[in-house]
Amino acid sequence: MTLVKTQIGRRAFIKNTSLAGGGLVLGFSFFNACKPKEAEALAVELEMPKEWFEINGYLKIGDNGVVTIMSPNPEIGQNVRTSMPMIVADELEIDWSNVVVEQAPLNTNLYSWQVAGGSRSISSSWQNLRMAGATARQMLKEAAAQAWQVPVGEITAKAGVLTHEVTGKTAGYGEMASAASQMEVPEEIELKETSEFSIIGTSRKNVDGKKITTGKPLYGIDVQREGMLIAGLVHPPAFGKRLKSFDAEAAKQMPGIRDVFSIKLYDEDFDKMAFHFTAFNEVVVVVGESTWQVFQAKKAINIEWEDAPEATQHLTLFGNKMEMKHPAGMENSEQHTDKLKKMMSGKGNVARRDGNPEEAFEKAAKIIERSYSCPFLAHNTMEPMNFFANVTEDHAELLGPTQTPEWMEPAVAERLGLPLEKVDIQMTRQGGGFGRRLYGHFMVEVAAISQRMKAPVKLMYTREDDMSQGIYRPSYYATYRAAFDAENNLIGFHVKAGGVPESPLFANRFPAGAIDNYLAEDFTVDTNITTGAFRAPRSNFIAGAEQSFLDEVAEELGKDPIDFRLELLKRAQENPVGDATANDYDAARYAGVLELVREKSNWGQDQPGVHRGVSAYFCHQSYVAQVLDIVMENNEPVVQKVTSAIDCGIVVNPDAATNMAEGGVVDGIGHAMYSGLTFNNGTPDQQNFDRYRLIRNREAPKAIETHFVQNTIDPTGMGEPPFPPIMGALANALYKASGRRYYHQPFITDRVFKG
Amino acid sequence: MATFNLNINGKTQTVDVDPSTPILWVLRDHLNLVGTKYGCGIAQCGACTVHLDGSATRSCMLPVSSVGNSKITTIEGLSENGDHPVQKAWLEVDVPQCGYCQAGQIMTASALLEKNPNPNDEEIEMAMNGNICRCGTYLRIRKAVKLAASKAS
Ligand code: FES
Ligand code: FES
Repeated sequence: MTLVKTQIGRRAFIKNTSLAGGGLVLGFSFFNACKPKEAEALAVELEMPKEWFEINGYLKIGDNGVVTIMSPNPEIGQNVRTSMPMIVADELEIDWSNVVVEQAPLNTNLYSWQVAGGSRSISSSWQNLRMAGATARQMLKEAAAQAWQVPVGEITAKAGVLTHEVTGKTAGYGEMASAASQMEVPEEIELKETSEFSIIGTSRKNVDGKKITTGKPLYGIDVQREGMLIAGLVHPPAFGKRLKSFDAEAAKQMPGIRDVFSIKLYDEDFDKMAFHFTAFNEVVVVVGESTWQVFQAKKAINIEWEDAPEATQHLTLFGNKMEMKHPAGMENSEQHTDKLKKMMSGKGNVARRDGNPEEAFEKAAKIIERSYSCPFLAHNTMEPMNFFANVTEDHAELLGPTQTPEWMEPAVAERLGLPLEKVDIQMTRQGGGFGRRLYGHFMVEVAAISQRMKAPVKLMYTREDDMSQGIYRPSYYATYRAAFDAENNLIGFHVKAGGVPESPLFANRFPAGAIDNYLAEDFTVDTNITTGAFRAPRSNFIAGAEQSFLDEVAEELGKDPIDFRLELLKRAQENPVGDATANDYDAARYAGVLELVREKSNWGQDQPGVHRGVSAYFCHQSYVAQVLDIVMENNEPVVQKVTSAIDCGIVVNPDAATNMAEGGVVDGIGHAMYSGLTFNNGTPDQQNFDRYRLIRNREAPKAIETHFVQNTIDPTGMGEPPFPPIMGALANALYKASGRRYYHQPFITDRVFKG
Repeated sequence: MATFNLNINGKTQTVDVDPSTPILWVLRDHLNLVGTKYGCGIAQCGACTVHLDGSATRSCMLPVSSVGNSKITTIEGLSENGDHPVQKAWLEVDVPQCGYCQAGQIMTASALLEKNPNPNDEEIEMAMNGNICRCGTYLRIRKAVKLAASKAS
């Protein structure tokens, strides 16, 4: 046991006094509140208690010992709705089969970091979740100690039962729940040792599994309410355009249509967070009785658009002010490439410089230089953007899929002219996030529409709306150079990278610190196309580029690609170049995943016809190495197998983490190979899945093996890290299979495969 | 607007909607059967898959006026208690990530097994290829289809 003070995060552990007796102040999630039968169905065949006792902000215990655990964070498919409550349950010492999970609403008084972003759900709440369970366990023990008049230290808690061995007294948690809920929150509690975990580290199935497989309402798009109207919106057809005027007479006459109007989202002087922004501040709105009617009416509005002037957005991001310049005009993908290439030949911003790279390249006997690129991507969450709002004179209720309820709340409040505490936000399960739902302009939109209509409204984006009003993955470009001396030693390394509108460079990541003469530079190109975080931002390109280039360098040196990386990591560990504290990776853990993947993939034991590529990357505090095997069939590469080795510290729910690692691999192969969004005159060429290609079943690897490094390090990121490196492993395996290097994503458009 | 009598999940349902309305929106907006999902609206993603007389069909491009007396089965009607072999296999393999595509995947898979109780790997991949899973659960989908086939036979 480890003793910890409950001071940090204590708010959530202070019980809410008005409780005991059915009413749950913290609030059930919408679906459960409306349909208690279904809430029960969640915990298959679990008998529900007659009375609940709230112990703290994370959990309440029923008189029969059933425990409800609140899952605070947005569930976007990363499975936190299962894994976060598992952590609470483990410290509480309760059987998982006695647990019911509820989605917590946004509550900044109780919870911190109610955000699905940066792969931080588990790592940022790890301590709080454990303390929530351990605090409740301690309070239950104290209640039993008082009831039995024995010292609290003699009471043990296991699997929902309190025991006093000396007197032989036992009681279920349900029996002590009422008394425990009246206890003072202890100043100090004991956390379990990692070796004592009984739920953490064991595989538990998705708590929503039954609802998902039977089609129960779960998602934002499923929300129904008495008197609810449907809204759709029409945004400018191109980035660089804005609304001039519209004629909606015909649309207003269509059956089921209640109103057509335009709304402005933000006032000029509103102090926007980076997550608030949108390319289209003014949009035309159609409100009607049913989705199909609204979708049809959208097409019947005559709208005139005009060119938008250049603009500068002032945004804050975690307290830092930033400026985004949006030039006027309609942009093309070719222009983007030209601009990136031009910037590449100019001077970049030096982000890191070790040794004397200029001299190393000057006196080099040989230099290799390779350039890499990738296009914009649309997130394409399977569930398009949507949200529900019911705004009355003095209150706003919002419900739906968002990754950032906490950060969107001020924008909604500001737009409605309501104080923050009058805005309640609840989250549904979400049909994917991938970063898109970090940007919740649709919440502000629906709130404004509901306020105007004085009615509950669900805003629905079509797939075309979703894909053409994206907050896209930026397009990136990178050039790598390596210098070799006459003895074929690697003496210099240079990376220069840029993007529209952001640079993908991580100057202090590997191989920084491992090469004597190192130079990292970057640059940016402005755009009026909105871009933002996409699963593993920046890493999702630079990892593949860097790992492909290292493969070429290893080949040039005549070294095995894993040995070569391990050599560099040894150097970074034992005798780092430059400021070692600047390096953001741990070379030993990095080497650890490479060694594990080497062993598990039987690296070095070549099989005829199987072409292998390797890659390893660090991001979100986790380490992933992957080996990808290709066989050629009818001139087409078939990914036969991927082996992943992952170090993300303690793995809370191994099978679910494996699922996500598999998903990361499929996602990475898919985007590197097939996907891309191109622009013509400010309009995306791809607006639905007929032209936007996503990886499909047949194209996914035939097998994926996932191995986790076993350690007791507190959990680090898991949702994002398996995604970036696979693109490098794919490119490297394609080279072995076809004899050609793949530099420009999506690879499918780059070259013909030969085998 | 026109009245249609539809045979859905073994029951006759009457709706008064525009004849062009796709079955997807009839189910979701008018019959409160929201298990069938919207993903693209152009028959490209499979999220809206239902059974039309037993065949996997994209309901997003199926006008209500075109179905006549055909039997429509949705995810809600696939089994009484969510215990169709495919649903059970899905739970056992713990397929879903976000879960949004999975109703469509299950409807496609169950229609496949109805016609071909013992599909090989190739046949499974071909049959499931029209259903996009953005989260990339394809390997688990294949595994669950095989498991369901092995349990049923
Ligand atoms: S919604 Fe019907 S196939 Fe995509
Ligand atoms: S599980 Fe998310 S789209 Fe398939």
